[in-house]
Amino acid sequence: MSDTIEERSTNKLEQVVIRFAGDSGDGMQLTGDRFTESSAMFGNDLATLPNFPAEIRAPAGTLAGVSAFQVHISDHDILTPGDAPSVLIAMNPAALRSELHDLTAGGTLIVNSDAFDERNLAKAGYSTNPLTDGSLSDYSVYEVPMTSITLEATKPTGARPRDAERSKNFFALGIVSWMYTRPVEDTVAWIEQRFAKNALVRDANLLAFKAGFNFGETAEIFPPAYRVLPAPLTKGNYTNISGNTALAWGLVAAGQLAKLPVFLASYPITPASDILHELSKHKNFGVRTMQAEDEIAAVGAALGASFGGHLGVTTTSGPGVDLKSETIGLAISMELPLLVIDIQRGGPSTGLPTKTEQADLLLAMYGRHGESPLPIVASKTPSDCFFAAIEAVRLAVKYRTPVILLSDGYLGNGTEPWRMPDVSQLPDISVPFASEPNGAEGEFLPYLRDPETLARPWAVPGTPGLEHRLGGIEKEDVSGNINYEPANHEHMVQLRAAKIAGIARDIPLVELDDPDGDAEVLVLGWGSTEGTIIAAVRRLRESGCKVAQAHLTHLNPFPSNLGDVLRRYPKILVPEMNLGQLSRLVRAEYLVDAKTYSKVQGLPFRIDELEAAIGALLDD
Amino acid sequence: MTDTAVPLTTKKDWSSDQEVRWCPGCGDYSILTAVQMLMPDLGVKRENTVFVSGIGCSSRFPYYMNTYGMHSIHGRAPAIASGLAVARPDLDVWVITGDGDGLSIGGNHLIHALRRNVNLTILLFNNQIYGLTKGQYSPTSEVGKITKSTPFGSVDRPFNPVSLALGAEATFVARTHDLDRKHMMETFRRAHDHRGGAFVEIYQNCNVFNDGAFDPILARDNRSDNLVPLVHGQPVRFGKEDQLGVTLDDQGRAQVVQVADVGEDALLVHDETRDDPGLAFQLSRLARGPFEPTPMGVFRAVERPDYGTAIGDQLVASHARQGPGDLQALLASGSTWTV
Ligand code: SF4
Repeated sequence: MSDTIEERSTNKLEQVVIRFAGDSGDGMQLTGDRFTESSAMFGNDLATLPNFPAEIRAPAGTLAGVSAFQVHISDHDILTPGDAPSVLIAMNPAALRSELHDLTAGGTLIVNSDAFDERNLAKAGYSTNPLTDGSLSDYSVYEVPMTSITLEATKPTGARPRDAERSKNFFALGIVSWMYTRPVEDTVAWIEQRFAKNALVRDANLLAFKAGFNFGETAEIFPPAYRVLPAPLTKGNYTNISGNTALAWGLVAAGQLAKLPVFLASYPITPASDILHELSKHKNFGVRTMQAEDEIAAVGAALGASFGGHLGVTTTSGPGVDLKSETIGLAISMELPLLVIDIQRGGPSTGLPTKTEQADLLLAMYGRHGESPLPIVASKTPSDCFFAAIEAVRLAVKYRTPVILLSDGYLGNGTEPWRMPDVSQLPDISVPFASEPNGAEGEFLPYLRDPETLARPWAVPGTPGLEHRLGGIEKEDVSGNINYEPANHEHMVQLRAAKIAGIARDIPLVELDDPDGDAEVLVLGWGSTEGTIIAAVRRLRESGCKVAQAHLTHLNPFPSNLGDVLRRYPKILVPEMNLGQLSRLVRAEYLVDAKTYSKVQGLPFRIDELEAAIGALLDD
Repeated sequence: MTDTAVPLTTKKDWSSDQEVRWCPGCGDYSILTAVQMLMPDLGVKRENTVFVSGIGCSSRFPYYMNTYGMHSIHGRAPAIASGLAVARPDLDVWVITGDGDGLSIGGNHLIHALRRNVNLTILLFNNQIYGLTKGQYSPTSEVGKITKSTPFGSVDRPFNPVSLALGAEATFVARTHDLDRKHMMETFRRAHDHRGGAFVEIYQNCNVFNDGAFDPILARDNRSDNLVPLVHGQPVRFGKEDQLGVTLDDQGRAQVVQVADVGEDALLVHDETRDDPGLAFQLSRLARGPFEPTPMGVFRAVERPDYGTAIGDQLVASHARQGPGDLQALLASGSTWTV
C-alpha cells in the first residue's frame, strides 16, 4: 500500500470511462462517488453520470434493481461523462446483462464471479452462464471472486458473513483504485471518517478496500496499472460539485448578494430533495427551510415569505410544477419575486423519477392559465447551477416576478470539478424596498411602475404608511385597486408582457461559436446538453467540418441577438431531450427552419449520436 | 420597523377606503365591524398587521381593512400566511377563510397550519354553503341539503369544524356567531392574543343562499336554550333559568341534562387548558349540528411553542454555534485541491 505512483510501471492513459454496476443495495453510488472524489483530488478533469432505479430496494438480483455510476476521468479538459464505458465493473449477472451493451468492444470487464450462481443467472434472465458460454469473447474479462475474498479479508473483524459481504463494493473500489493508480490515503481517511460511528463496518470496509487494492497488485491477472495524469486545469482552488449542491449554494450566495434572507419551502420530490437537504444545514446563514405539506403549500409559503420581504424559493420537479401553477400565476399578478426551481425528470405523470429529461420547457413557458409570462433561466453544467441560481434571483427581485429555473436530473446528480469563485467578486443584486409613499397626495400606489424596468414597488409589511392589499383579481394600473374594466385589463396584460419582454435588454447576448464565421450548420442548445454539443462540434471540426454552435441559458425572454444569429445559418439543429420544445419556440418566434434532434430515453445525449446527427445535416 | 409606542386609533383608521360589496344583510358585515372595532384595542400597529384570505365571499375581507393584506387563491391562505408568519414572526397575521375555502379545497393547508402551530389567527366564516359560486352545498352543509348541485339532496356527511381543528392538534379552538358582536370581539381578542395557531369558527348567515341556517339556535327565542356558553373554570350550564347543563354519560360522551336531575356538582367543569383535547372534543360533539344545544366560546387554549419561533430559534442557535455564515468557506467545505 505504500507505493507511490512514480515507483510503479504504469501505462499512461489520456482518459478512461468506468462504470460501476451492481444491485441497488450494493453501494454502487457510494463506490462511484468515492472513486470520483479521489480522482478529483488527484487532479483529473472528470464528469459523472449516476443512473439508479426509482425503487429504493427493487428485488435483489433483478434487472430492475441495477444501479450504475459512470465516471469519466481525463488528463485534459472534458465535457461529458463519456459515451460508453471502456471498463465495466459488474457485481452480479443482472448488472452485467443490463449494462454490457454499452461497453466498448475490447473493453475491460471485471465481474464478481461469486455472484454468478444459478439463482442469480436465472433472475437476470440468463439461460447459460455468460462467463463460460463464450458470449464475452469480445472483452477482456477478469473474473474475481469478490464476495469470498471479502469474507476472508474481513474475518478479523468478527463480522457475521451476511454483514461482512456488504463490504464487497469496497473490495471492488480497491481493485479499480489499483488499476488506475488512485492515491489510497484519501480513501482510507474517508472510510475512517464516514464510518466512524460503527467500528465494525469501518474496519470491514477498510480491510475489504485494502484487500481489493492488494489483489490488483498481487494477483497478476490484470495488466499493469494505468495512469491518468492530472489535467492542466486553470490555476485555482477546486472542489468536486454536483448540480444540486451548486444550486443550493447559489441560493445562499444569492440571498447574500440580494441582501435578503432566504426562505425555502419545498415538498420532497426526486430528484430535487437534495437541495432542501443541503439548505436545511445552513441555518447560520439565516436560511429558513420549511418542509411543506404539499407542493402547493410549498410555493404558497415561499410567496408569503416574499410578500414579507424574504427571498421566497421553492424547489421541485415536473409534477410539482404542475401543482404550483396557480400560485405562480398569483405571483405574476401580484408582481412579487419568487423563484421556482424545476429539476426536470422524465414525464409525463410520475414518468421516470430518477432519469433526466428536458421536457418542461413549454410547461415553464406556457403552463399557466391566462397571459402569464415569466422569465426562464436554465443551467448548463453542474457548477453552472450556482450562477444560474444567482441570475434567476437577480431577475426575480429586480423585476418583481416569479422566475422558473430549469435544471435536470443529469445536472442535479452529476458532478464536475469546479474552480471556486472568489465570492467577493460576485455582483450586488440587491434592490431597495419601498419606504415612502409615492403618490402625489402622500398615498401609496402599489402599481406605480419604474419607467425603466416596469417593476412595481416592493413594500413589505412593517413599513408604516405603505399598507396596501394585493390579490389575484385584476387590478387597476397604478393604484392597484380591483378593476374589471375591459381596457384596463388589456392594458395590464400588455404591461405584464412588456415587463418580461424588456428583460431582454438586461441579459447577455447569446455567444456564437463559429471560428471561421462561415459554417453552414448552427447547433443551438439549452440547458444540460452543452457539454455534449460542444464535444460533438469539436470532433466534427477536427475532421474538417464547419459547424457553429450557440447555447442558451435565458429561455424567456431570449437574448436580443438570437434572431440575427439564427438567420445567419441556412441549417439549424436543436438537440433536446424532448420532442422539440426549444425548436418550436424559435420557429414560432423567428420563422427559421430549426430542426429537432430529439432523445427521450431518460439519458443524456452521447457525443457520437450528436456527431452523427450534425454530420447528417451537413451532408443533407 | 423600529418599535415605537402604538398610536391611539379608532375603527375608522382600520377601515380601508374600498366600498364593501357583500349582499345587503350578509352576516359578513357584522364580523367585519367586530374586527374593525376590536383592532384599536389590541395594542398593535396597522403596518404590522396582515390579513390573508383565500377565495369566496368572506375572502374579500382584506380589501376592507386598512392594513397590509392579500386576497390569494382558493384554499391556499393558510399556506401563504404560514410562509409570511414564519418569515416574519414580528407580524400579526390573520387568515380569513370560509367553509368551502378552508375545509374543502384548502383542507390540507388548514390542518397542517394548525398541526404546526403557526402563529396565525384563523377566522373561518361558516355559512354552510358556497355563496360566491351561487349556492352549491359545502363540506359543512347538513346531509340532504338541496342545492343546485344536489337537487335530490346531498348524501355526504359534513365536517364539524371545531372537531376537525381539535383533531388537527390546534392549540386554540373557539366558536362564535355573527349575531353577537361582543362575543365575537372577545373571542377574536383571545384568538389574537394566543401565540400559535388560533382557530375560530364563526357561524355566519348567508341570507341569499342559505338564509336562516342557524335559526334553530340563533333566532332570538331559541338562543337561551340552545347556546351553551363555555366559561373556563365554570360548570357548563345554560338555559333561560340556567336549568340545563352538560355532563359526561357512562360512555364518556357529553350530554345535556336538567341540572335539577343531576345536581350542580355533577356538571362538567370547563377547562380550556387541559393538555388532552379529549374533553374539548366531547364538547364539540354535543350538538350534531346547529339545531340543538351548541357550545359557544373557547374550547381549547394551551401553550405550545409556535412553529415560526421554533424555526427562528434554530437559526439563532446555529448562528451561536457556528458563527455567521461564511460563503467562501461554504464553497470550500467539501474536499478541495489547488491547481
Ligand atoms: S352570497 Fe351569501 S355569503 Fe356571499 S355576500 Fe351574499 S349573503 Fe354574504
